[in-house]
Amino acid sequence: MNRRMSWFNVTSLTLGFAFLYLPMLILIIYSFNSSKLVTVWAGFSTKWYGELLHNQQFLDAAWVTLRVGVMSSTAATVLGTMAAYVMVRGGRFFGRTLFSGMIYAPLVMPEVITGLSLLLLFIAIGLDRGIFTIVLAHTTFSMCYVSVVVSSRLMTFDRSLEEAALDLGCSPFDAFKSVTLPIITPAVISGWLLAFTLSLDDLVIASFASGPSSTTLPIKIFSAVRLGVSPEINALSTIMIGIVATGVITTSLISKNAIRRQRQEELEGTKQ
Amino acid sequence: MNLRRLTLILVPYLWLMGFFLVPFLIVVKIALSDTAIAIPPYWPVLDLSAGWTGIKEFFSELDFENFVFLTEDSLYWKSYLSSLQIASISTFLTLLVGYPIAYAMAQAPDEWRPTLMMLVILPFWTSFLIRVYSWVGIIANEGLLNQFLLWTGLISEPLQIMNTPTAVYIGIVYTYLPFMILPIYATLEKMDGSLIEAAVDLGCSRGKAFWLVTLPLSRPGMIAGCFLVFIPALGEFVIPSLLGGSQTLMIGKVLWEEFFSNRDWPVAAAVAVVLLMILVIPIMLFQRNQERQEEAGR
Repeated sequence: MNRRMSWFNVTSLTLGFAFLYLPMLILIIYSFNSSKLVTVWAGFSTKWYGELLHNQQFLDAAWVTLRVGVMSSTAATVLGTMAAYVMVRGGRFFGRTLFSGMIYAPLVMPEVITGLSLLLLFIAIGLDRGIFTIVLAHTTFSMCYVSVVVSSRLMTFDRSLEEAALDLGCSPFDAFKSVTLPIITPAVISGWLLAFTLSLDDLVIASFASGPSSTTLPIKIFSAVRLGVSPEINALSTIMIGIVATGVITTSLISKNAIRRQRQEELEGTKQ
Repeated sequence: MNLRRLTLILVPYLWLMGFFLVPFLIVVKIALSDTAIAIPPYWPVLDLSAGWTGIKEFFSELDFENFVFLTEDSLYWKSYLSSLQIASISTFLTLLVGYPIAYAMAQAPDEWRPTLMMLVILPFWTSFLIRVYSWVGIIANEGLLNQFLLWTGLISEPLQIMNTPTAVYIGIVYTYLPFMILPIYATLEKMDGSLIEAAVDLGCSRGKAFWLVTLPLSRPGMIAGCFLVFIPALGEFVIPSLLGGSQTLMIGKVLWEEFFSNRDWPVAAAVAVVLLMILVIPIMLFQRNQERQEEAGR
């Protein structure tokens, strides 16, 4: 169906996307401002990027964030995929309602409460706060997101494929490994990416779960930003926006190609 | 039940028990405890070595004192009320901004839609903190918006937007907009276009057809979007603390300060418990809306 867009629709799209993107665009432009005063344009310069590269505190924080992100999103993907499989294919078992409640509750729980409760747990069991506790905290809330993503894929795929494998003599584990896993892999990958970005992004829970030696980038940015706008933070934000934009656009292009290929295969399949 | 299935269920189950349910029970327990000048700074501490009498003693020491304190000090109920007010107003504003965008997306040619979808989702993947921060340079007193308005001569003095509730509204609308657009777009996209044509054929004007057909049919999406904005906005911390200044009371910020600045853990825990009790109502309503929608979809 091809309709001509009315002027109203064109205006609302233009204004809407301008609203979504202008603030970030301004941020990016001003990261190249040579003046220390962020609101006065004094010519193009990349000096804030240079200063950023020499700021050891930021580099350390970035390194902590990256390690926490990789560790927590990997653990969250494993746990979340297991949880999704249990939810969709697990059948009945004792405490199933509680289980599904515990998967959905962290999604709507305010971050301040999640953070507070985890901190109180770490203190109660005498765990020293550091990178390890941030990883535990991030794993817990992002595994719920992963399991939502993966279970929606598990629900839509044709179960008879699994049953066929079982009928042909596969053990349940082999059937999972050679039939189910390849089909849900795209969902598992996007679950990992989601968990990774959630971890990179998180300020509130990390603030509760971190110790003095383990400052993540969002914590660092937050304490700098509280004092007002700084060109260094603008430069850092620009780098982060750039990485995310490249990542999202690449993955969406890859999945677009995958869908096209799948459609083609289906078409060829029906022809035969 | 074989061993493999048992492990598959138990590992995520125990993980969530240990890192979600137990911590929450600890919060409830500390909310019922008293503040103490000690490490940890609350009383009583559960001592299992004393056996059964120790446990009984522990429970007899718990009380609702902190909850009574929350009702006595006006700071707390004022912040709950103002959080509810700020979250409601900004949810409504998000709906007003988001609906036309979702509508236009659903009307757009098919080949544009994936790109438009990606453009809506992309900001969601970029750091929340950075998106909130990007407004500081715009709405500050010497910020770009004020510079522009002064330059055009519309105003003679800079507008005070920063550190007011208005700044918080802007922040919430901006950061939660995708949550509003996507569910509305989903319902509008599924809608049968021939219904509008039928309405127009039967003598409706375009505007009236929108009012009588499109808007009621998109209600499930609007409701879902409103909850998706309202629920996280209520406990929001980053936006009020970066844009709202000291004047704007929001409960997420109060909890944070109670914990980190005042170091009053029992009161912070009580604030958390009450916030959660307030949130249970919209969360349950949201669940009902989703279930009804799923049933209608079948």
